[in-house]
Amino acid sequence: MSLFFESLFNGAAIGSVLLIAALGLAVVFGLMGVINLAHGELIMLGAYTTYVVQSLFKLPLLAPLFGAYIFVAVVAAFLVSGLVGLLLERSVIRRLYGRPLETLLATWGVSLILQQFVRTVPLAWSTGLWLAAMVGLAGPPVMNRLWGPRQRPWRLRLGCWVVAVAVGVACAGWIRGAMPKLASASARNVDVTAPRWLRGGLDLGDWTLPIPRLVIIGLTILAVLAVYWFLNRSLWGLRIRAVTQNRAMSDCLGIPTQAVDALTFAVGSGLAGVAGVAVSLLGSVGPNVGGDYIVGCFMVVVLGGVGNLWGAVVASAGIGVLTDVIGAGRLLEIWPRMPAWLQQGVEFFATTSMARVLVFALIVLVLQVRPAGLFPQRGRMAEV
Amino acid sequence: MCLTLSARRTFGASALAASLLLVSCAGPRPATTDSAGMEFDDTVAVGILHSLSGTMAISETTLSEVEKMAIEEINAAGGVTVDGKTYEITWIEEDGASDWPTFAEKAKKLIDQDQVPVVFGGWTSASRKAMLPVFEARDAFLYYPIQYEGQECSRNIFYTGATPNQQAEPAVEFMFKESPVAGKPFFLIGSDYVFPRTSNTITKAQLESLGGEVVGEDYLPLGNTEVAPIIAKIKKALPDGGAIINTLNGDQNVAFFKQMQAAGLTPENGYYVMSFSIAEVEIDTIGPEYLADHFAAWNFFQAIDTPASQKFTESFQARYGEDRVTNDPMESAYNMVYLWKAGVEKANSFDDNLVREALIGVTFDAPQGPIEVMPNHHISQTVRIGQVTPDGQFDILSTSDGPIDPQAWNQFEPSSKGYACDWSDPGKGEKYRL
Repeated sequence: MSLFFESLFNGAAIGSVLLIAALGLAVVFGLMGVINLAHGELIMLGAYTTYVVQSLFKLPLLAPLFGAYIFVAVVAAFLVSGLVGLLLERSVIRRLYGRPLETLLATWGVSLILQQFVRTVPLAWSTGLWLAAMVGLAGPPVMNRLWGPRQRPWRLRLGCWVVAVAVGVACAGWIRGAMPKLASASARNVDVTAPRWLRGGLDLGDWTLPIPRLVIIGLTILAVLAVYWFLNRSLWGLRIRAVTQNRAMSDCLGIPTQAVDALTFAVGSGLAGVAGVAVSLLGSVGPNVGGDYIVGCFMVVVLGGVGNLWGAVVASAGIGVLTDVIGAGRLLEIWPRMPAWLQQGVEFFATTSMARVLVFALIVLVLQVRPAGLFPQRGRMAEV
Repeated sequence: MCLTLSARRTFGASALAASLLLVSCAGPRPATTDSAGMEFDDTVAVGILHSLSGTMAISETTLSEVEKMAIEEINAAGGVTVDGKTYEITWIEEDGASDWPTFAEKAKKLIDQDQVPVVFGGWTSASRKAMLPVFEARDAFLYYPIQYEGQECSRNIFYTGATPNQQAEPAVEFMFKESPVAGKPFFLIGSDYVFPRTSNTITKAQLESLGGEVVGEDYLPLGNTEVAPIIAKIKKALPDGGAIINTLNGDQNVAFFKQMQAAGLTPENGYYVMSFSIAEVEIDTIGPEYLADHFAAWNFFQAIDTPASQKFTESFQARYGEDRVTNDPMESAYNMVYLWKAGVEKANSFDDNLVREALIGVTFDAPQGPIEVMPNHHISQTVRIGQVTPDGQFDILSTSDGPIDPQAWNQFEPSSKGYACDWSDPGKGEKYRL
């Protein structure tokens, strides 16, 4: 019984990392049909955001709250990656709808640019740049909402951008002074230290549950529920689904399809940022971290069935449990008296490298039987 | 009009006349002058070939930095003297770009086009194996600074890093006999490529002869950071704690140590990790709170408390920043520039073959202590075991009694047992039976 639970827990642990990394892609690729190869880099931006937030909480003023920085990081990472995603959609992706090959190449290029960006631009300046973009873009709509529309909108916009640049430069300068580690650019991986309560394990009798894994499982469940709620219970979710099902008709009925596209992409990118926080709890944070996850993300979305949220959940759970059962050699424990020839075979596959090979082979087999994934759904992909 | 001598090689018998001419001009101007105001008769350019871009750049640029530091130190102390003439060392640097064929191509360029007398370069075994045929075909020389799996002894390479018997073997022996988990079973983990697999084959053979027990072995594919199944296996194989020999690469260590701690496999619970690729630089990126109390084996630690070691670290920090740390590969890269200089001066020539013969037996008072070039083109080195401290440095627990001689051919591995390498004797060469 304990074996069953341990395997289930490990499977859930591996699967939840896959799922939270793939969730944003499930939205972007699943609902919009955009093959976003820069998804891994949006995860990376989330991980770097965690690092910046962590450095901020190491300052004397905020040090007492260090244990809680991770919650701030989740929100900040969502906003950072979301905004970058929004800019990416407005500048590149929207010109390429319905052209999957060009999208693929363009987003790959974007992923290289983002990698090189974090290598060459100091984090202090990146943070300042992001703040400036945020103030400059969000300023006019917010002020319009607060005080009603202006007579001369261009003045307001200009004013906002002037303030934005000032805020960005001031902030970057302050960060350079206060956090010298963020002042210079480095291709070296950075050290994200989890707060003390997030580092240990939870002792339950015989075995220990790693707390970071529990937190990631919790975060993943929350993220899935939030996405489900957003898509199925909110006004914008309704619009997104409408556009997914029939763009032309939605347009006729007055749904602002361009705004829907931008929002969908921004939400998907923001989710990648949240995944970045999770990833930073487990492994290293560096310019190449996105590359470690991108293949797994596409694997989950394709196996689950493009456009189906629950498909992604089932697929990641399945891959997680299989990886653990094969890679940790649990078949030998489940069935201790298996024939010798079978036992040799199982032992051969009971290494991490071979488990990966076998899991990929099984996915190929499943896709042979169900080419559109486990839970196929008609969506905007049909238009393309 | 004032005469300036641009062609430095013309500086010979006419030196006196030229300097008289110069004195009569606006001001004295010697043939070459470095920032410290040293005067030289001539210059010699050496090749530096590390990855300045790509995944290995993070590690390899530090080697390039210390090599330049060593060169400038030598220049400040008067340069290299050959045949009574002083030479200023300059360098031609190429980027290996973390791509092995590029290493071979750039090595060809340095030898054929730039005609450098020596190349300092490489980090990964793959890059060395790619460059090896280039150097052998041209009978040129590569100085390679990294600890590696051994089982190689080229006439055209000087290996200044540790061989397994200067790092892995003393480390495994320490874990088996002296560590807090002495006598407990071993688990071996590494990245899936040549160094960890060779190193672990040697470790297994060594433990067998010591009477130790290996209860498991696993390799993580490069680029994969999901270590959960491996940790589950370690838990199962070592229920009461034990020793873990770790040859994981770079980033994968971060995932491994973070998740080991979360799973409760910590030193307090009796799980001690001995790592072969974690030095001061890596502690900085992984975070000392995840590594504290685990072990590493190297020839050099920044914590070594000798004047030579402190001087090395101080001059590095003075050049490249107070927050920088030094580590074993950097020390090794630093040493090889000095060894080459000593070899050239002993041979009294820049000729490759004369230097190759002269270099054997050359000694140098390195930051780690005295080292000597042995006939098998490797270096005798002191071996140290360090334990990670909470502030990110090492506490040196054990130091070998003097330098240990290198074994290019491993004596635990059946295919090379009983063989050795000796380039000082034409009858012996690369691999001969002892």
